[in-house]
Amino acid sequence: MTELTHLKLIANTIRQDIVQMIAKAKSGHPGGSLSAVEMITALYFGGILKHDPQNTGWEDRDRFILSKGHAAPVLYAALAEAGYIEKKLLNSLRQLGSPLQGHPDKRKLSVLEASTGSLGQGISIGIGMALAAKMDRKPWQVFALIGDGESDEGQIWESAFFAGHHQLDNLNVILDFNGFQLDDSTKHILDLNPIKEKWLAAKWHVIEIDGHDMRAALYALNEAKVHRGSPSIIIAHTVKGKGISFMENNNKFHGSAPNEEELQQALAELQLQRTKLEKEN
Amino acid sequence: MATDFKIGKATRLAYGETLVELGKRNPNIIVLDADLSKSTMANRFQAAFPDRFFNIGIAEANMVSIAAGLAASGKIPFASSFATFLMSKGFDQMRQSVAYPGLNVKLCGSHSGISIGEDGPSQMGIEDVALACALPGFTVVVPADEIAMRQLLPQIAEHKGPVYIRTSRPKAAIIYDERTTITLGKAHIMRQGTDITIAAMGLMVAEALKAADLLQKEGVSARVVDFHTVKPIDQVMAEQCARETEAILVVEEHLLDGGLGSILARAVAKSFPVKMDFIGLEDYAESGTPDQLLDRYGLRARHIFLKANNLLGS
Ligand SMILES: Cc1ncc(C[n+]2csc(CCOP(=O)(O)OP(=O)(O)O)c2C)c(N)n1
Repeated sequence: MTELTHLKLIANTIRQDIVQMIAKAKSGHPGGSLSAVEMITALYFGGILKHDPQNTGWEDRDRFILSKGHAAPVLYAALAEAGYIEKKLLNSLRQLGSPLQGHPDKRKLSVLEASTGSLGQGISIGIGMALAAKMDRKPWQVFALIGDGESDEGQIWESAFFAGHHQLDNLNVILDFNGFQLDDSTKHILDLNPIKEKWLAAKWHVIEIDGHDMRAALYALNEAKVHRGSPSIIIAHTVKGKGISFMENNNKFHGSAPNEEELQQALAELQLQRTKLEKEN
Repeated sequence: MATDFKIGKATRLAYGETLVELGKRNPNIIVLDADLSKSTMANRFQAAFPDRFFNIGIAEANMVSIAAGLAASGKIPFASSFATFLMSKGFDQMRQSVAYPGLNVKLCGSHSGISIGEDGPSQMGIEDVALACALPGFTVVVPADEIAMRQLLPQIAEHKGPVYIRTSRPKAAIIYDERTTITLGKAHIMRQGTDITIAAMGLMVAEALKAADLLQKEGVSARVVDFHTVKPIDQVMAEQCARETEAILVVEEHLLDGGLGSILARAVAKSFPVKMDFIGLEDYAESGTPDQLLDRYGLRARHIFLKANNLLGS
């Protein structure tokens, strides 16, 4: 099996886990979790993020912060796939006493790098970590994933200007540009375009890709990681709800769970995609 | 039982619907929201008056200062988001752009307390009342049910000055009668009693009423008072309850520091000190169903019942 097919199969598994755990919990955010699957898969399983599930406290690990914390299911699924948590724990999402809180919660799940859920703060936390790494002359890097709606927050731009000004090249951001936020499309509520120019103006290295193209995701993450002299941002053009026909660009699934029937349809579609991948191989 | 309440609308829905009624009467009412209008129910107003509604985006601080500018120009802005994001992210703007100049800005924080359930602690507004009450000139209102919202919101619109309104996510028990007059600034006696006063706000008023039923079975006469206006606190009612009952137990779905309990304790201490105790939150909560969380964090009638008995016995 090629490396690429291997990664695509992992992405498929993560999508299954996402819809299953949200359906089981009867609440959660499928849309913005599904749009980030390829980027998270490439990051965790494509050899980009330096990490060791057997040694979670490893000081030289790269850090990942899910700034748009409502997409927690994609992170939990990746952590389960990587072996940080048991797969069956995914069934406890959002239940009383579960380490898998509605939003990433470091108090309850210590392998997380940060607790998030109030939008806008992840890059800033990442800056703090990146500064610490520089001061201690450590080789590790910081990755953060933000949303396009999240980019409405002033703090996103405060952090953008700061990191650009300080040439924090050990900081890498993924922008999950899926075109939607909570109430409506991002274009309708607060148009971010031209987005590339904004980050260039903040003195960042900007890479623009199709965020569902696994090969492009790998190249971009690699480029971001090796780029020196400025922080990097990957503008990943994605589809909210990607992979499940009735969730794609359907913002009803921003923050609501599929019912049993929808779950079965979603799983059937994902299985079809899986079979196709296996055949291609 | 007297407390076999009918479940009504969530106070957030009553907020959105009442805003529409107010909008029909007053063209100066403008509504703002920060990409949560489907949850705060401000989208009801958007549907009725699209030209008087602005979705600011996920930018709470910007929204609060925009509201200040509108108010400074004669409009009556109502700006909403989740209680935690509105109060925490808009606080400096409330202080500098709203409280200091004393502008006529109305702010509404939805999804207060832990009864939001599964979304978990990052989305729960549990320090919002303390923050709002810290601001000089602010009026802070927590309607307990849809009827209270329908009666209080028009008074809030009439009132000149900044107001913070707190709403809840779950459907709320109907504890008021349509014909009751509820007055901004005046705490409301929901049930007379002579042994102990249970003071509450929001969803906790219904729990307090249920606790009063339980206490009655033990021969304890509990008065229940809805302190829907937390600031300015009804000093007269505070003193009256202190004089007429032996003890006061305060119940709130909010952190204990700086909420209704702290404010009422000050009012009681300076007029007629009596024994007091407090039920509320001490720390951030977690994900779970609303019912599980209210059970686990001690915000049920049975918890109130136990604490009231202890307080009277102490
Ligand atoms: C500070 C803050 N304000 C509001 C919210 C509520 N909220 C949760 S998700 C969301 C929309 C986020 O949009 P985006 O970043 O584009 O995420 P995606 O569409 O990818 O799910 C909002 C407004 C929040 N979590 N934090």
